[in-house]
Formats: sequence, structure tokens, C-alpha cells
Amino acid sequence: MRASERRRRGFLTPALWIPAGIALALLGLPLVALVVRAPWSSLPALIAQPAVSSALVLSLVTGMLSTGVCLVLGIPLALVLARSAHWPAVPRRLLRALVTVPLVLPPVVGGVALLLLLGRRGLIGQFLPFQIPFSTAAVVIAQTFVAMPFLVLAVEGAIRASDRRFEVAAATLGASRFTVFRRVTLPLVAPGIAAGAVLCFCRALGEFGATITFAGSFPGVTQTLPIATYLQLQTDPDAAIALSLVLMLVSVLVLLGLRDRWVPGLAA
Amino acid sequence: MSLHAEVAVARGTFGLELALDVVAGRTLALVGPNGAGKSTVVGAIAGIVASTGTITLAGRRIDGLPVESRRVGYVFQDYLLFPHLTILENVAFGPRAAGTRPSDARAVAGEWLERFGMSDLASRRPAQLSGGQAQRVALARALAASPDVLLLDEPLAALDVEVRDDVRAELAGHLRGWGGLTIVVTHSLDDVVALADDVIVIENGRATQRATATGLLEDPATDFGRRLVLGGRG
Repeated sequence: MRASERRRRGFLTPALWIPAGIALALLGLPLVALVVRAPWSSLPALIAQPAVSSALVLSLVTGMLSTGVCLVLGIPLALVLARSAHWPAVPRRLLRALVTVPLVLPPVVGGVALLLLLGRRGLIGQFLPFQIPFSTAAVVIAQTFVAMPFLVLAVEGAIRASDRRFEVAAATLGASRFTVFRRVTLPLVAPGIAAGAVLCFCRALGEFGATITFAGSFPGVTQTLPIATYLQLQTDPDAAIALSLVLMLVSVLVLLGLRDRWVPGLAA
Repeated sequence: MSLHAEVAVARGTFGLELALDVVAGRTLALVGPNGAGKSTVVGAIAGIVASTGTITLAGRRIDGLPVESRRVGYVFQDYLLFPHLTILENVAFGPRAAGTRPSDARAVAGEWLERFGMSDLASRRPAQLSGGQAQRVALARALAASPDVLLLDEPLAALDVEVRDDVRAELAGHLRGWGGLTIVVTHSLDDVVALADDVIVIENGRATQRATATGLLEDPATDFGRRLVLGGRG
């Protein structure tokens, strides 16, 4: 009885606790330092500075815009991905690789790649009558590029976990494919979509590498919160700490909001 | 109104081949052991199982049509009520899919719920219903879409034994009241006796006996039929 119990729970030797404890400290202590060293009394004044508040507004607006773009384009992509199970291996794997690549690609590389595509002499950019790089649109594109996989993979997981027979039942009731999608498929995967959108928004909000490469750092136009934080650290460390706290607060709120919904399908 | 179906489905170990006819006001039961192909037949008629052969319903060929155009009502074994919709919205789903205005569709659904004695459950969610209630909602939802044929796949199998007799008697009443043509898949003799006028016994994908319900009771033609009639009550 005791042996089987131990097998089920697994073994935890004291030797494992030491590296595990170091790992936890590595994850947690920097955040503690941030909170402890924050200039709490001057915080409101710091955040009210024009440079800070304009970065905050720009980040929130572009983050929401790129999350919106990810939703509009990513949900159909997630559907295609979820239903690609019976495709031949090559296109199926290629599709999944394309969706996943921004997750593993260094964001700076993504920014360079976007420049080479949409820059003034880029593959597509050379034919455009307007310039995309170093504009607010470029910020949104860079954020969309890095954040899209979070939404697509979360929604795809929700679609795979949902019971497709509900769609069959809807069809027997006379519903067209579009009606089935709108009134059955979409609402049933709504929790997955919400979780994906939140992750997507967080990734967009924290975006640095691709944004500074592809969009630069123009205050009020492309200087988002993470970029402003990095620059402020060299001139006004207190402002940088205040900005970091704002970003951390958003993360904590997201963590609380998502709770156990990190992995779609596991949540009740 | 009538249904004529000649269904052929390629399956793993044997091919399913069956012809059947049903006319309005009569209920046909498909009985047989598990895996005999009963559910496959109704699935093929509904268009949710790929099949060859011709299916003519109310004078039109439906075998080439997609599921949503066949006007086939289907009550699934586990009902498949939409968990994100209220009971009223579940029943209103068919009328709305047919293009009825939302308010009119809700009115139609309300009438069906009243007919089924379920008006006070209208705003509940499927998860809050008992098995018997869920079965009634599934039936009301299928009928509210005004199908030309109603297909019931083991409609009582998901229910607790204690309530099964009551729900069955009630289902029989609703089917008589509806008066359309119905096919019910079952492996229970009680279902056959209470619900069906005619019976086809299916074994290994083939019809081994065609009879009226009383005909099967009096003279079962196969071992399976005899076991069903002699011992299989319940």
C-alpha cells in the first residue's frame, strides 16, 4: 500500500529540493526586488509623465489592435490547423511549422525578416505606395507576428478538445455550415479563444525585439512600454521601475484571470 | 409521405446492405445485436454516415444532399443538447436555422416546450436537466425543426432503469401525437412493443426478419429474435 502510494506520487529526494529551490528563487526573487525597490511614493507622478503615459497608451492601443488582428485571422487559421489531421504529411507539417516558428524565432530576427518583406526595398514593400516601417502600423504588424501563435495554438487546442458531434447535431436541425460555425463551433470554443486572446495580448504588450527592429523607437509613434522602459533605465531609473511595475501588474492580472486555463481542454 | 431507403455502407468486417420503407404515422424499429449496423442505417439516412444507394423521402431523392438539406430529425443516444444554449434556445435552433425571425422561433420553441410540459425549464441549461428531461428536450428540438422523418438512436439507453418505463410511455405518446414517420433504433424489446408498428431485425448488416411488432413477438425467425422475445425484456 505504502509502496504503491509512493510510486503514484513519485519520489522526491532532498537532493532535488536544492536545484528546485534555486530555480524558484531565480523566478521569484527578481520580481520581489522590483516590488521592494519601487519608488512607491512618487509612482503616480512618474506614471503621469508624458513620455511614460504616451508609451502606456501606445502599448495598450497597439496591443489591442494586434490582438484584434490575431483574432480575425488566427481563428480561421486555428480551424484549418485543427482540421488538417487528415492532410498528407508534408503540407500538414509545413503548416504547423509555419504557425509555430515565431515562438522559437528570436524576435529580432522576426523584425529583420519583416523589414526585408515590408521595408522600402522589401519583397512586397517596394511595390507599396506608402511606407510601413517605423510607423505605428509596423508596431501592430510586429506584435501580430510574434503573438499570433499563442492565439492559434490555444484556439486549435480548444477546437480539438470540443465534441464535433454538436456540429453534426446542428446540421441535422437544418443549420448551414456558416450557421453551425457561428452558433455552435464558435461559442463552444469561446473559452479557448478568450484564453488565447489574453496570452496573445500579453505577448504583444511585452514585445521588444521585433518592434524596435522593424518599427524603431519614436516617442508617441512606435515607442511602446517595453522600449520606453529600456530607454528610461539609462536616463531615469525610477521611471523605468514604474513602467516595469505597470507591465508586471498586467501580467499578474492575466495570471489571475486565466488561472488553470493555460492548457485548453484541461480546465473544467 | 413516405421514406424508401436502400442503404449500402462498406464496413470493416462486413458490408451493410438494407432496404426499408416507412410511411407516415407508422414507426419502424431497427433491432439487432450491438454492432449489427442499426445506427449506421439511420446515420446513412441522415447523411452523417457516408453510404451508397438511393434514399427517397417525401417524393424527393435526398441521398445526394448534405445533412442540413435532408429535413431529417435526429435524436442522438446522448441527445447532444447544445451546452451553451438554454433549453428554449436549443428548441428554437431548428426554426432559426430555417430563417425564422428570432422572436418567432422562440415562440415556436415555447409552444413545443408547453406541449412537452417543460415550459418552466425554458431558461435552464442542458446540464441542469435530468436524463428524462434532456430526452424530451432533444425530441422537442428535433420536431421543432419540422423534419420529414424522425430518427431516434437508442432514445432510452442513456436513462436510469427506474425512469425508463415512464419516459418510454411518454415518448410513445409524443410520437403518436406527432404522426410523422419515425425510425427508432433499439436493442430492447420493451422499446419495440411500446414504440413500433413494424420491425426489421438486423444482424451482421443484413435484415434477418421483417415483421410487425406483434409478428416478431409471436414468431421470431432467428436465434437473436427468439432470445429477444423470450428473455430480453428490460
